[in-house]
Amino acid sequence: MAETLPVDGTAKLALDRESAMVFAAWRWAGTAALIAVAVVLPFTLSNYHVFELTQVMIYAIAVLGLNILTGYNGQISLGHGGFFAAGAYTAAILMYRYGVPYWATLLPAALVCFALGVLFGLPALRFEGPYLALVTLAMAVAMPQLLKYFDNWTGGKQGLVLTKPMPPLELGIDRDRWLYLLVLLVLLIAIRVAANLLNGRTGRAFVAIRDHPIAAAAMGINTARYKTLAFGVSTLFTGVAGALAAIVIGFVAPESFTLFLSLSFLIGSAVGGIATIGGAIVGGFFIEFVPNFANDISDAAPWAIYGLTLLLFMYVMPRGVVGTLGPWLARSMQRFGSARRAAK
Amino acid sequence: MHQFLQQIFSGLAAGAVYASLALALVMIYRATDLVNFAQGEMAMFSTYIAWTLVNAGLPFWAAFVITLAVSFVGGMLIERIVIRPVESTSILTAVVVTIGLLLIFNATAGWIYSYTLQEFPSPFPDRTLFGALMTTRDVGVIAVTLVMLAALFCFFRFTATGLAMRAAAQNPESARLSGIRVGRMLALGWGFAAAIGAVAGIMVAPVLFLDPNMMGGVLLYAFTGALLGGITSPVGAVIGGLIVGVTENLVGTYLIASQLKLTVALILIILVLVLKPNGLFGTAVVRRV
Repeated sequence: MAETLPVDGTAKLALDRESAMVFAAWRWAGTAALIAVAVVLPFTLSNYHVFELTQVMIYAIAVLGLNILTGYNGQISLGHGGFFAAGAYTAAILMYRYGVPYWATLLPAALVCFALGVLFGLPALRFEGPYLALVTLAMAVAMPQLLKYFDNWTGGKQGLVLTKPMPPLELGIDRDRWLYLLVLLVLLIAIRVAANLLNGRTGRAFVAIRDHPIAAAAMGINTARYKTLAFGVSTLFTGVAGALAAIVIGFVAPESFTLFLSLSFLIGSAVGGIATIGGAIVGGFFIEFVPNFANDISDAAPWAIYGLTLLLFMYVMPRGVVGTLGPWLARSMQRFGSARRAAK
Repeated sequence: MHQFLQQIFSGLAAGAVYASLALALVMIYRATDLVNFAQGEMAMFSTYIAWTLVNAGLPFWAAFVITLAVSFVGGMLIERIVIRPVESTSILTAVVVTIGLLLIFNATAGWIYSYTLQEFPSPFPDRTLFGALMTTRDVGVIAVTLVMLAALFCFFRFTATGLAMRAAAQNPESARLSGIRVGRMLALGWGFAAAIGAVAGIMVAPVLFLDPNMMGGVLLYAFTGALLGGITSPVGAVIGGLIVGVTENLVGTYLIASQLKLTVALILIILVLVLKPNGLFGTAVVRRV
């Protein structure tokens, strides 16, 4: 990808000290309010809606992983559904075969998917653009078949049915709401980690490699190391999302991890804005709700409606929702800041 | 030995179909740096048009020609209406738009024609040749592909429009400066790609039976073939497609049960690509720093 994609616009504003502090305060307040709403929300909704929102957050974590790789590092992946499956099956096998408690499966799933991603990232160093797309596509296509093949581990076609986790009794909330809060916590940690990683030295190296690999190498960035790292971190996020999906749904089967899942992640990433963190949440909403919305509009050809919605989003906001609105917001803040200064 | 040769020939026939679709992918990739994920579904839709025409009582080859013409115009319209608006944004946006197109074509075909398998007439009689070494169908498919390749070669080599299209794909700025309507050439490229895809669809439909998901696997093999040959090389795409067809057949016969056939074929091809990252016939793109 030759053209430059905007990095989260809000991060670098040329503001005077006072305005910057005002905005930082507003940002903190806004974030805190959003988190408060997210925590309270499940207690006002039906169980089904809580489950849907839990799914949205799981997809958001997976898309966030893809954004790190494709948006920030410029490596396209059509195979993240495969890593999602790897995470889900790691968690499921640990729970089903070894009786590991559900909360203890997240770390192993993260480690397994990080290792898989690094292993995958090594040959991927030699590939660019469509070639990398093919290699990752092969991963997505192969995964369900491999899962069916090793059936004494994975339960083959039938998959594995897991016992749904029980919420801690002293909290006095039911299972759906407990899982919602658990996933919300993981999402918040994931966003924090991603923001720290991407706004720092590592993130700048990722972006430099995406925008100009040769110049990045000339400036002393170890291209191979950072590209492999981007792959590992990306699949770690997606793998954790997969593990959460296994825990929340309580069932894994090869047919849940088709090529279409991988394409959905890419769609969610593009709709939200690939080089953004907030876009992942928009992407999660798109993946979860637009198919239902399309179904409501037309029983006969829901996927045609889904496709049309997708095209519409891409025409109106080619850089994704957050990728388009973010810089716009940053510009208005900039203008507001200058106006304040001028007024003094 | 006999079985081995048999498998090679039927692999070549399957490969000829992959080669056609791979060629369609390469045509669009060379012109716009874009992998068109909707290529397979466009071909599937064209095949439904042919099926409708044949069912309406037209002779097979008349339906064939009309379908090609309709697909050509349809491909040009898609470029103009759907792709042009996002062309200048980013590659990923354009790729996602082609995924959207894929969904739209698939769902629309399912809606109009339903998801049940339809039998598609084969233009070639079903007989075996040379002591059951190959079937007339295999020979027919390979022959149609060869004729199409020859026609395309002549078009790009000997006509002014063909030259202009090559120029527009190779260097749009210079081409525009020398008076070539680059936008129109891109639309023509999409038209050709759609028509080539239609040939692939019509050739493969009698074997796979016609349904909206018919081309999913074929597209994957074609994509693999295109990359194996080198995504910038039309000749490579054809050879790559043929290699993929034969590999797939041999792996399925001798190495492993059909369950993992696709996986093994893909892994083999990726191993080749690890050794030759630009494909067998592709050239590394050298960029000015």
